[in-house]
Amino acid sequence: MIAALLAGPVRVVNVGLAGFARDLAANGAAVVQIDWAPPAAGKPELIAALTRLDGKRIDAANRAVIEKILAAQPVLADVRRAGELIAPLDAQRLVLHAGPPIAWKDMCGPLKGAVCGAIVFEGWAADLEAAERLAGSGGVQFAPNHHFGAVGPMTGITTRSMPLLAVENRAFGNRAFCALNEGLGKVMRFGGNDAEVLARLAWLRDEFGPLLGAAARAAPVELKPIIARGLAMGDEMHQRNVACSSLLLRALSPHLARAGEPHALAKAFEFMAGNDQFFLNVAMATGKSILDPARGAADSTLVTAMARNGTEFGIRIAALGDAWFTAPVEMPQGLYFPGFSAADANPDMGDSAILEAVGLGAFAMAAAPAVAGFVGAGGFADAVRATRAMAEICAARNPAWGLPALEFSGTPTGIDVRRVVETGIAPAINTGIAHRRAGVGQVGAGVARAPLACFEKALLAFAAHAR
Amino acid sequence: MLVNRVERGRYLDSVALMRVSRRVEALPGVEAAALLIGTPANKALLRNAGLLGAEGEQATPNDLIIAVRGAKAAQAVESGLQLLVETRQEPAEALPRARSLPGALELLPDANLALVSVPGEFAAYEARNALERGLHVLVFSDNVPLEEEISLKRLARDKGLLLMGPDCGTALIAGTPIAFANAVPRGDIGIVSASGTGLQEVSSLIARLGGGVSHGIGVGGRDLDARIGALGTLAALEALEQDPATSKIVLISKPPSPEAAQRVLERIERSPKPCVVCFLGLRAPGIALTLTEAAERALNRKLAPLAPTRAKKIPGGRVRGLFCGGTLCAEGELIFQAKNLSGHAFVDLGADELTRGRPHPMIEPELRSDHLKRALADAAVDLVLVDVVLGYGAHENPAAVLAKAIGKRKPVIASVTGTEQDPQVWSRQVAILREAGVIVAASNAHAAQLAAALVA
Repeated sequence: MIAALLAGPVRVVNVGLAGFARDLAANGAAVVQIDWAPPAAGKPELIAALTRLDGKRIDAANRAVIEKILAAQPVLADVRRAGELIAPLDAQRLVLHAGPPIAWKDMCGPLKGAVCGAIVFEGWAADLEAAERLAGSGGVQFAPNHHFGAVGPMTGITTRSMPLLAVENRAFGNRAFCALNEGLGKVMRFGGNDAEVLARLAWLRDEFGPLLGAAARAAPVELKPIIARGLAMGDEMHQRNVACSSLLLRALSPHLARAGEPHALAKAFEFMAGNDQFFLNVAMATGKSILDPARGAADSTLVTAMARNGTEFGIRIAALGDAWFTAPVEMPQGLYFPGFSAADANPDMGDSAILEAVGLGAFAMAAAPAVAGFVGAGGFADAVRATRAMAEICAARNPAWGLPALEFSGTPTGIDVRRVVETGIAPAINTGIAHRRAGVGQVGAGVARAPLACFEKALLAFAAHAR
Repeated sequence: MLVNRVERGRYLDSVALMRVSRRVEALPGVEAAALLIGTPANKALLRNAGLLGAEGEQATPNDLIIAVRGAKAAQAVESGLQLLVETRQEPAEALPRARSLPGALELLPDANLALVSVPGEFAAYEARNALERGLHVLVFSDNVPLEEEISLKRLARDKGLLLMGPDCGTALIAGTPIAFANAVPRGDIGIVSASGTGLQEVSSLIARLGGGVSHGIGVGGRDLDARIGALGTLAALEALEQDPATSKIVLISKPPSPEAAQRVLERIERSPKPCVVCFLGLRAPGIALTLTEAAERALNRKLAPLAPTRAKKIPGGRVRGLFCGGTLCAEGELIFQAKNLSGHAFVDLGADELTRGRPHPMIEPELRSDHLKRALADAAVDLVLVDVVLGYGAHENPAAVLAKAIGKRKPVIASVTGTEQDPQVWSRQVAILREAGVIVAASNAHAAQLAAALVA
């Protein structure tokens, strides 16, 4: 092997002084410069943990997890009332929310607002004030969506009567659920809870959900190909779902037409056509269904979930099953709708970071130049850089989801806790921004960072567990 | 004042519009601004923000609304239109950059060498990562713990990889100068060196003698320490023995431990290729005593002295040696010792304890200037001996810095380690020194020998 080096030419990775790289390049050598920073920000206990880990064993375990992720076959299989899909919702007054576990008193404004709206919607309280008293006095139980195979955008509120879409991963037989996207404006996912919001939820429950469910059952829709095409059409599946929403509507429309009355059908088409983010919730359930089979994979340091409840950010890693590693959630950096500013913003929120965990959203930024406006100078080069940066913390690329701008190399997939801690590159998350007060709704969109502390805690727990 | 402008049939992505909105809002005389497509939801947003005027009310989902409120609203609307058509400058492509080794390998999948120059406490970590990924490694960093050095050298050996360093300042691999190396033509002489400046001096002298170098492998200044036992030297020797481009091998070290030196000497007895050994301080039959002699023997040529100068003898004079290169310092000192000259001071300004947290004097020769001025003012110093080291990574004009620092009160003898092909150009550096009255010798050993002869 040394002979191969001496045969030349040298091709150098320069870790440190950039002047050396410039001289090498001037002498005609191929060279890549690493903008070096101390590993794990120089924290001795983290460096010790990284050094102590059995790299080969972990790499092998991670490869096995990546194979599972790549083998996934998610299909949109059904839409049903939540209580039918998640039995505990019918058994008790249970409110599922986004992110890791949280008590009522610690919830942010929009989350409380959405909880109250859902309580009224379920008829457990007559009005919002009564709902707040009920929630505050232990009259309802709270639990994360993730504990029941579900995900929800922003506040992520899920209760028994809401229609959930079910994505089935046919390679492994597991299902993941997500509420239907309510559209823009005042919506429950941003903490909206007035009559207009509740009326729309009732229509979703009574008319649209059953119709969509009939169509999905009649012809389950393969989702990986739709996402692949969406990536080629400028979607990254978190902030931009225009292409995929249209593609899904196209796939479902004949089956919707067979299942629905003309009036209901027209309303359904109108709703889907007017909602560029309709596919977001489908993509989220897709991500959950792809990552769930990796939960509990021994020795794997790959992230299986990232989620925020508006107060805390939580992650799960494969080897440590259902444990959450949490840290205070950060503020997104973003752009605001007219009349609003950063002062109005609620901290980062939602289960939608499952998209980044599966390699979409900010990880697929290079697919969506239109979204790149949220990062850096907002040029196309920034979008490519954003994806490249995420590749530095991922174990693989997903060949099923090629990025045209990167010669169709796949989206970075499989966030490795070790690499996040070592490089200090926090996963980026494309996100909507909610108003900090309940009931106002979305005020902007931007990019948030997963707090490094979650990954540091997970790494230390993994290292302790591996001993 | 509220101004609405509606651009009919103009659709733009909302993110692009939000970015322009922010820039318009930042203009003087603007309270609030928004650019939005005229959907009912967007119009509601504008209405709530007090930005929707009569014209905006008429916009359809296929129209663009530019809405500005403020004293200079009309002007800002025009600016907004300009910003929408503004083209942006693409940044020029520089070095490909990554943040981590895996990221770098994505950009250069067939990389074969990692050059590590991070602070010493992290160098072993990075070197180990690179070895684990099958890369050969050059560790430029110093202050790497000794036990880490041993463990890295063993790991490299087990993996069949070349580990150069730690504290390896120089290498020449397959014609490519790496780190502080000189521009040396390719030839058939392979060099293994436990000394960065030693390798620079020998490879430069080989070049100036008309020869060339196949590879120069730096193994780190501590390789012939008893505890490391020449692990790196033996691995490099074996590699050069098997290398078809190498027909003769030169081995160089700072003063070695006797055990490690013995190990290497025993090993080269079995070598299929002729070897020249210069382990400074080791006096044994067949061993070159100076770096100059090592280069001469490698080529069977003599290094001619530079044109004689009008230096006067200073019998009993005291010499102050101020060196950038540690090995050059040791070589000078040993030449004085061999002549039984005492009472002279040789200072290695590049020594770890003098460079911690500061640049090396090869990069920043100003660091030597204070020492020089003090020596020239010191009544106990009669002659100053210095080295000047050229090559990649070194200062762009070290001779000029030196020339500036010296007066003509006392003789200064210098040598210039480097080649004509170096960025600083050897002959130009020599000329600058001569211009300043410095006596320039053909090599570091020649300079020390001349100084010794003057004060003897």
